[in-house]
Amino acid sequence: MYAQMVKSTGEGVKSRDEMSPEEAAFQDRIDQDIKIEPKDWMPEGYRKTLIRQIGQHAHSEIVGQLPEGNWITRAPTLERKAILLAKVQDEAGHGLYLYCAAETLGVSRDELTEDLLSGRMKYSSIFNYPTLNWADMGAVGWLVDGAAIMNQVPLQRTSFGPYSRAMIRICKEESFHQRQGYDIMMKMAQGTEAQKKMAQDALNRTWYPALMMFGPSDKDSVHSAQSLAWKIKIDTNDELRQRFVDQTVPQAEYLGLTIPDENLKWNDEKGGYDFSQPDWEEFFDVVRGNGPCNVDRLAARNKAWDDGAWVRDGLLAHAEKRAARKTAAE
Amino acid sequence: MSKEWPLWEIFIRGQHGLSHRHVGSLHAPDAEMAIKNARDVYTRRNEGQSIWVVEAKHISASNPSDKGPMYEPSESKVYRHPTFFDIPEDVGAM
Repeated sequence: MYAQMVKSTGEGVKSRDEMSPEEAAFQDRIDQDIKIEPKDWMPEGYRKTLIRQIGQHAHSEIVGQLPEGNWITRAPTLERKAILLAKVQDEAGHGLYLYCAAETLGVSRDELTEDLLSGRMKYSSIFNYPTLNWADMGAVGWLVDGAAIMNQVPLQRTSFGPYSRAMIRICKEESFHQRQGYDIMMKMAQGTEAQKKMAQDALNRTWYPALMMFGPSDKDSVHSAQSLAWKIKIDTNDELRQRFVDQTVPQAEYLGLTIPDENLKWNDEKGGYDFSQPDWEEFFDVVRGNGPCNVDRLAARNKAWDDGAWVRDGLLAHAEKRAARKTAAE
Repeated sequence: MSKEWPLWEIFIRGQHGLSHRHVGSLHAPDAEMAIKNARDVYTRRNEGQSIWVVEAKHISASNPSDKGPMYEPSESKVYRHPTFFDIPEDVGAM
């Protein structure tokens, strides 16, 4: 999931008796699947939780450009380069759709950006892992975008109108991302022994961080319970992770690659695979800022923001000057 | 701290002769840059034939809490729909 462990009110879901008339009417609309729009009345907790979730999601799209941007200049062919460039450009676009959805809730773009740059707001833990070679571009597209799609498809039905519309647009575009990744994996897996080894190595390194994207089990989390009641979240983390594993295992088999999990086994009873959990200690450590690339990622975003300041100021000054000249001429 | 670029609402007319439709918003220093940015953000897959940009502060909107009284007048006028009238089949296409 691109938004992990988003805190809600922390107070648990209110019963009908505890709700004010406004809150009850609001919950009725959600239960009837009527979309909430920016100017509608909404509980403060709903607004804040959404800003956190959409903001974290947007930041993930933006920071997510870095591990792949790293390989644009080193793509093996001109066609692969053009495709990767288009994919990374899409990620920028997805970040922008999401920022614009968050802004309808009364937070400004610059506030969100500053919260990312200062580390107050998080982005998905997955982007704190390095991309070491070209096979990683395959594994990232296949598994990371695959996990993102698994999370984003149900979010198209989320209760907040602008978020839902952004998700619909993103899902339409995201499928290209996963397919281009799988296409790279197919090429490598059917290539020389060395290429096949690289593909397997990329899968080995990406598998558990991809499983972490859904976040730790949240079946007992008060935050998640509230988000589910508000339909900001549609499925639990475990449900999404299970769906991802079930879908991905046959895809790995087709490639002739092995999922790095000795406990992976089909379970007839539940109609899904049993699998090992990722190392959650590692996950929390990465979230705390100690992953292999946390420092680099934030430094890159800060540098881009600082280096771009004169462009933002210059263009605005130019626009103001032109507007003033036009007013004077009238 | 620098000032934030203003927010623009973006409207795109698609391929099939439909009206411009709201697709989202973006920040840009002026209208010209808003159109250029809108091309990159909202028409990467050939979605548009024409782009309109309007600075968000110039848009006035109805109040959602007035929805009831605002649209009530049209609810009670079913005769505005052609199916309200029974026309005998013998009359032919109408």
